[in-house]
Amino acid sequence: METYTKENFQLSPKDFASGMDVKWCPGCGDYSILKQVQTVFPDLGVPKENFVFISGIGCSSRFTYYMDTYGMHSIHGRAAAIASGVKAANPELSVWIVSGDGDALSIGGNHFIHLMRKNFDVNYLLFNNQIYSLTKGQYSPTSEKGKITKTSPYGTIEEPFNPSELALGAKATFVARTQDRDPKHMQSVLRRAHQHKGTSFVEVYQNCPVFNDGAFFAFSDKETKKEEAIFLEHGKPLLFGENNTKGIHLDGLTPVIVDITQDGVNDLWIHNEKDKTKANLIARFFDTAFDGIQFPRPFGVIYADERPVYEENLIAQINEVKAKKGKTSLNKILSGNKTWEIL
Amino acid sequence: METIKKSTKKQEVDKIVVRFSGDSGDGMQLTGMQFTDTAALLGNDLSTFPDYPSEIRAPIGTVAGVSGFQVHFGSTEIYTPGDQYDVLVAMNAAALKVDLPRLKRGGIIIANTQGFDAKNLKLANYTDGLNPLDNGIVSNYIVHRVDVTKHTKECLIDSGLGMKEVERSKNMFVLGLLLWMFDKPLDNTEKFLREKFARDPEVAEANIKALHAGWNYGENTEIFNTQFKVAPAKLPPGTYRNITGNHATAIGLIAAAEKAGLPLFLGSYPITPATDILHELSKYKANDVKTFQAEDEIAGICSAIGASYAGNLAVTTTSGPGMALKTEAMGLATMLEIPLVVVNVQRGGPSTGLPTKTEQADLLMAMHGRHGEAPVPVLAASSPSDCFETVFEACRIAVEHMTPVIFLSDGYIANGSEPWRFPTEDDLKNISIHFLEKIDGESLLPYNRNELFVRPWIKPGTKGLEHRIGGLEKQNETGNVSYDPVNHELMIGLRAAKVKKIEDRIPLAAADSGNDKAKVLVLGWGSTYGSIKTSVKELLSEGYDVAHVHLRYINPFPKNLGELLHNYEHIIIPEMNCGQLLQLIRAKYLVPATGYSKVQGMPFTTAELKNKILELLNV
Repeated sequence: METYTKENFQLSPKDFASGMDVKWCPGCGDYSILKQVQTVFPDLGVPKENFVFISGIGCSSRFTYYMDTYGMHSIHGRAAAIASGVKAANPELSVWIVSGDGDALSIGGNHFIHLMRKNFDVNYLLFNNQIYSLTKGQYSPTSEKGKITKTSPYGTIEEPFNPSELALGAKATFVARTQDRDPKHMQSVLRRAHQHKGTSFVEVYQNCPVFNDGAFFAFSDKETKKEEAIFLEHGKPLLFGENNTKGIHLDGLTPVIVDITQDGVNDLWIHNEKDKTKANLIARFFDTAFDGIQFPRPFGVIYADERPVYEENLIAQINEVKAKKGKTSLNKILSGNKTWEIL
Repeated sequence: METIKKSTKKQEVDKIVVRFSGDSGDGMQLTGMQFTDTAALLGNDLSTFPDYPSEIRAPIGTVAGVSGFQVHFGSTEIYTPGDQYDVLVAMNAAALKVDLPRLKRGGIIIANTQGFDAKNLKLANYTDGLNPLDNGIVSNYIVHRVDVTKHTKECLIDSGLGMKEVERSKNMFVLGLLLWMFDKPLDNTEKFLREKFARDPEVAEANIKALHAGWNYGENTEIFNTQFKVAPAKLPPGTYRNITGNHATAIGLIAAAEKAGLPLFLGSYPITPATDILHELSKYKANDVKTFQAEDEIAGICSAIGASYAGNLAVTTTSGPGMALKTEAMGLATMLEIPLVVVNVQRGGPSTGLPTKTEQADLLMAMHGRHGEAPVPVLAASSPSDCFETVFEACRIAVEHMTPVIFLSDGYIANGSEPWRFPTEDDLKNISIHFLEKIDGESLLPYNRNELFVRPWIKPGTKGLEHRIGGLEKQNETGNVSYDPVNHELMIGLRAAKVKKIEDRIPLAAADSGNDKAKVLVLGWGSTYGSIKTSVKELLSEGYDVAHVHLRYINPFPKNLGELLHNYEHIIIPEMNCGQLLQLIRAKYLVPATGYSKVQGMPFTTAELKNKILELLNV
């Protein structure tokens, strides 16, 4: 391993490549995610040695080996729990969890929701390809209903999770979505995730060319993207469609698609990241939840609001008790309050 | 109540066993603990056995709801809570029904008569409402009928408290009476009550009043004419405190963290009977103890793995069912080769089993309960106070040898208590820690080993040492992922050699009682210590050729164990399981040891053990 003489601000993407052979399948969306992470990391202002990746099991979780940072490729579903311990022990570290749809939402579902609730200041990257790839093609908790896979030859009979809805329900303080085929967008979301204090949940739509090819192409292909995807920006109206001629208006609690060439832009829904109620509605632009109407899939930061983070609360409490009671000496702990002498 | 001054006889006795028994809501645990505290402060040696149901409030008055607290105290050395009791306090008919069988012939029953009314007799399933106090069932005992409920109400008539609170004070009346019986002062309990009810002085004073009323009842009524006097025990000189196993475990962890100069992190999920360790450690925030109540057992151990990776002394605490859930993560810790202490306070299993009862049936799980070849050091505590030293040792081994370590306790010693001549800070050895700070040589080798086969501990945040670790098999030295078949075998061998090497740094096995050569060896581990020690000491004093060896280190075993075992003609291994240490010993040392099992959720009695050992002695 080389010795680093450069200062951290001079880091380049290459400094974050571990030099291990990357062994994902050709054309895998994970390559793009790796590239975007390595692109944004040099200028996040974090000393390289303070980055830690914790991953679980699955194709996504091999990510850790390819980053020249500290990292632990752990066991299936448990990355969030391990990351909690790392962050509680050393809040200085910039902790990144890498997980897939099975790892995060199936075997690791419990840790996922509790991490969101506890709000450690960590980043959670969910590589969602809606399939189990490392075990070669079984349906996942995000596979669409009816999907034919090796374990569902007649189609799945299960309703899939909507990850952003789940994260919001679990009290996540940052919920965003991006995709492997949109590098610039992903970079901006990754930067926002890093800046956010609290658990930042980023769902990345990731193509599996072998077992679920093209699952998300509608959101990135030129011909369909304008109709199928909507890109959120804080303080801006919800616009989509060819030449942004369609907008979304909120009628009470019901979103309605309007044609702005006829209705104008005055009544459009203005995206407010801090509005949890509206974020919940945006998260539900996922299936035909509103009167059977298909809404465009939202990308960008759906929700971002801050509340105290776990590790700071933990340290604040420690300091508070210290100030009030002071540290108990080991001798006092050993003797307790009641002793007697035998002569 | 009679008020005429009477003459009371004082009788000296060596040791006494008292069993407080009543409904779960009668406050018997508290009564027993307070009685114990006073006996301890007066210098008696003692051993306690809280024995309660897993239901928080089982139906009132039923056999299922009986909660008992047994204390054995004396002027001689005491190692067990006693096979049978001299005095049984029965707050109701159900308590008598459950606990009468283990009252000594001729023993004393103190019965709360209101607990024997028609309703209680029916709830306790005494056929046709037949009161056991009125028929032959208790004819072999001395029975004192005391209307505790009535007397407590009478003395608190002006207290201004509601009926419910007055009722609740009846355990203090009983405690007062018992303290009179054993000629012990009330001041310690008064102090305790004033502290406990500091916010509610009315309740404190009412309880103190009931306590005095109980004492006066003993002093003034004719039915009680004997006070028993138990002199202080001749224990080694020093300063003592009373301690339970769980409490000793908690402070052992704190002590180890301080002596290692590391912050302590506990990742845990509540489970009986281990939860008290989490309770206790949660209080020590000001000592930089971080307790993390995880979402489940798996998150408990995984958060601890994360904290260890980041450089803390990391611990997870649990009992059998939780242990089963943690096994995959223990495999990860074994593969990562990072320090981790896994505390298993064993209880009756399998499954939910007997949550509040004791058992030693997780030994083989501790030894082998991981997938793949994953050897882990295993240590077991032998008594409440020994939990301190043993968990301290577990921490030392974990950080000095970079390995997960399993520390076994069980419900019996976890909740039981005994006097402890505690160490001072200076008596405790430092635990040596070394974090790698810079590359030693040409490149970083995270799995380069020292002479003990131990790899370096490298904290994230250390400049220039960025590297990846994980659950996949590692290439020797570099720690890079390797699927090479020969390397896998080499790594399995190295991880095993590392654990075996620990035997060079632990004490040799030796006889605890008796000689290093004898006709019969009683070999034990864990919480059977007290019962075995008492039996063997009695047999030795009766002139038998018998010895006792007790194991704290089960993986690796002490180096000389095989040699030592061959010095004995017969080996018997009593265990609260179906013969788990027995299997390990026979497999490793090829000795014809015999087992003696008891899996009733109860510790061995001295009598049981003596009879069994005598069978071998008389061969």
